[in-house]
Amino acid sequence: MATMSVAPPVSGVLLNDFSLQVATVNGSGSQSSNLVLLRTIFQMGVPISGKNLFPSNIAGLPTWFTIRASRHGYVARKKEIDFLIAMNPETVREDVLGLDPGASVLYDEPLKANDLRHDVTFYPVPFDKLVAGVCPDAKLRKLVRNMIYVGCAAHLMNMEMEEVERALRQQFKKKQKAADLNWGAVKAGFDYAVTNFPQPDRCRLERIAGALSKTAGKIIIEGNAAAALGCLFAGVTVVAWYPITPSSSLCEYLIEYLKKYRRTPDGKATFAAVQAEDELAACGMVLGAGWMGARAMTSTSGPGISLMSEFVGLGYYAEIPGVIFDIQRVGPSTGLPTRTAQGDLGFVATLGHGDTRQIILLPGSVEECYEMGIAAFDIAERYQTPIFVLSDLDLAMNHWMAEPFAYPTKPLDRGKVLRAEDLTRLKGDWGRYRDVDGDGIGYRTLPGTDHPAAAFFTRGSGHNERAQYSEKSADYTNNLDRLKRKWEGAREHLPPPVVEHTDSGEVAVIAYGSTQAAMVESLDQLREHKINASYLRLRAYPFAAMVREFVAAHQRVYVVDQNRDGQMFELLQLDLGPELASRLRSVRHYNGLPVDARSLTDAIVALEGAK
Amino acid sequence: MSTTAPTPPLVKLNRLGLPQSDYRGSKTTLCAGCGHNAISERIIDACYEMGVDPHRFVKLSGIGCSSKAPAYFLGRSFGFNSVHGRMPSVATGAVLANASLQALGISGDGDTASIGLGQFLHLMRRNLPLIYIIEDNGVYGLTKGQFSATADLGAKQKSGVINEMPALDTCALAVLSGATLVARSFSGDKKQLTAILKAALAHRGTVMIDVISPCVTFNDHEGSTKSYKFVLEHEEAMQELSFVPSFEDIAVDYDPGTTLDVPMHDGSHLRLRKLGVDFNPTDRQQALRVLTDANANEEVLTGIFYVDTKKPDFIAQLGMVDTPLAQLPENVVRPAPAVLEEVMASLQ
Repeated sequence: MATMSVAPPVSGVLLNDFSLQVATVNGSGSQSSNLVLLRTIFQMGVPISGKNLFPSNIAGLPTWFTIRASRHGYVARKKEIDFLIAMNPETVREDVLGLDPGASVLYDEPLKANDLRHDVTFYPVPFDKLVAGVCPDAKLRKLVRNMIYVGCAAHLMNMEMEEVERALRQQFKKKQKAADLNWGAVKAGFDYAVTNFPQPDRCRLERIAGALSKTAGKIIIEGNAAAALGCLFAGVTVVAWYPITPSSSLCEYLIEYLKKYRRTPDGKATFAAVQAEDELAACGMVLGAGWMGARAMTSTSGPGISLMSEFVGLGYYAEIPGVIFDIQRVGPSTGLPTRTAQGDLGFVATLGHGDTRQIILLPGSVEECYEMGIAAFDIAERYQTPIFVLSDLDLAMNHWMAEPFAYPTKPLDRGKVLRAEDLTRLKGDWGRYRDVDGDGIGYRTLPGTDHPAAAFFTRGSGHNERAQYSEKSADYTNNLDRLKRKWEGAREHLPPPVVEHTDSGEVAVIAYGSTQAAMVESLDQLREHKINASYLRLRAYPFAAMVREFVAAHQRVYVVDQNRDGQMFELLQLDLGPELASRLRSVRHYNGLPVDARSLTDAIVALEGAK
Repeated sequence: MSTTAPTPPLVKLNRLGLPQSDYRGSKTTLCAGCGHNAISERIIDACYEMGVDPHRFVKLSGIGCSSKAPAYFLGRSFGFNSVHGRMPSVATGAVLANASLQALGISGDGDTASIGLGQFLHLMRRNLPLIYIIEDNGVYGLTKGQFSATADLGAKQKSGVINEMPALDTCALAVLSGATLVARSFSGDKKQLTAILKAALAHRGTVMIDVISPCVTFNDHEGSTKSYKFVLEHEEAMQELSFVPSFEDIAVDYDPGTTLDVPMHDGSHLRLRKLGVDFNPTDRQQALRVLTDANANEEVLTGIFYVDTKKPDFIAQLGMVDTPLAQLPENVVRPAPAVLEEVMASLQ
């Protein structure tokens, strides 16, 4: 029989505002259970986010899934865990000892978690015994065992069982038998909890109904799926990729969508998707296709970016459109490839040898992964250069709420392309790299154009305005200066920063990418500390002029980076020049975990105290 | 009003009405006597005689002396001089984007067999519709004569250094990895190389042609196995090749006992009359054996080692539409609003 532990002093009820962590072993099939919990809370009108902290491993190493429920709508990682479901013998000690007093622990009874401390609430559950009762086939038990904690949590947190069942049936979709078996396990857990834990936990849910619901009509999606949808609606036709965590799922989602939605009535594909032999080849295919006039993309992560750098440099000089998603992760090689960071920013900003300046888009939400997924192709063809979309593991692979995505309103921008009739009108007098419009962007022709003057020869740095081979100094500097003009001209034509001004004119924050979720929460926390900060969220590099004005309007500007060296802080310093740069302060988060609001608030409060 | 009879054209025109000069490129900057220049000439001949439409032809290359060559032929065709060893991937992207154009990749032995070996094999493996030519001289010319991976074991560098590594046989690798027309020729063998190039233009799939192309500056001395003298002395042609284009009368007799007739994709015919070696180039294993034997016997065996006109090319494998992907209009590539609504509903 289960025993209630020594009852800790129960602080206030955490109504629709807590974090729940499930600690399991990688490969134990807990993902379905966790997603059922996530969807149930969402269906009850309570805002959620779901984060998977997983090892670089197929099976056997510890993994944690964290769900945050927040009636305030905060969806960043919460630093403290309020309710732990401890299923992993390897980590139970560390997991339980890491909790704040007053937290709750539901655990697999043989783990004896209740021996570890006395200031948290324990809910022991005999998983093996319960699963044997609902799953006669011993081989399947491992797969349904985790559903038992869903039932227990449902009771303890006052989840609506109809919503649990709806979430579960959606999870298993057409697999009726699997759904029934799992539902049996949920009910067994629920019944056990009803009998043995009559009191609800302090982490409690209550439906936010009707018009007040903060989730009605919303979707749950991962950033990589959102970016894939962006590519789909951008009309991508050539996809070349090489598997690498955390970017693989972007192309996998995209290929799934393309197969479903991009076939002609007779079943022919209006796309080509190639799993390349490596990232060099993936990037080469993107450039070849972009040169030929197709919308081409690849997605990768830091190590792949390293391999692509030679091609990217060529793409910059030869001026070939292409879209490269960099789903950033921690560092090179083995170690923490499944942890998040914004570590590639500085590297990508000048990727390529020689003088290079790249254009980077910085989505801060799943909506922006979608929108920038579309915009990137327009910008690539407008500026005739590789465009980077810098996402990260947190944004890309975790579950985020969003408003349903809007259908694009603008037609595709295919950029400056001369067709045969244009060449006839020009009497064949054109130069591929000639700056006709003063914006640094030349006109290009596409292979296959039926005009005797259409063809040109594409090569790297050594060419004149007519794309003829040249090693003349004047031709080279002319070309370099034009490329710089083109890049400078992009500043006001990229997704502009999002700015929230306060009147104080004193303190401001600049952040970008996945930091957005933690930043908005931190700004609220800062107000509790009497720090009323303006906020500018960067969405692209190079920076719009507005960034300079924003910095000039504030005394102290905190720049938040999820990397050790303050890479955005450094790019801003370079861009703003010494006088304004002295107003910048760097706040850095780099422990491999998604950034949380409390850490940011604490850092800024400390720096403000020391000002 | 005076009428004058039209002057007969002084220049011969091909079936498209184009003079051969329309197939020329800019002036070569390679060394005088370089085998690569002869290969450019053969490409010009083959394209002119076959009536290739220059604006429907693209030339791609990697880096090296060989990879400069595309600038020296077919000046009215688009060209792309990419990065070292990576022409195959650029060509793959280009062909996927517009498979209606004829693509030609020019590489060298360093560009292919050393830095580019991975991409080379994967291109063959996909049977991408492309003609891949290796202008093979066994040395790195632009960096002044270092051995490449096709230099033969025991070959002597100009400085006297002896190569201690065995050569990679690019033809054997191509047969092994999935190319569907594999040949070796010699830049000095005008008749054979032109016939192979014409067959290449008629083929649908990956054509790999290794052309021994002596480097007059760094690898044409005594002791080299890629010199003019060595190749002339050691070349053994397997077949006498002739090519009958689809637009010509094919009623030329041949003896089925000694000659193999290979019908090509475009209705033309490749004819291979056996010479020394009794050999069937549609047999992959036999092709590999012949290549292995030739290497063991230090023969420069030339001719067509392998041809397969049945295997679907990469475009067919991918089930793509006939319209080039690069030319698909917005209403085809951007799905309707109902698609977005369907996806959104599935995520709610």
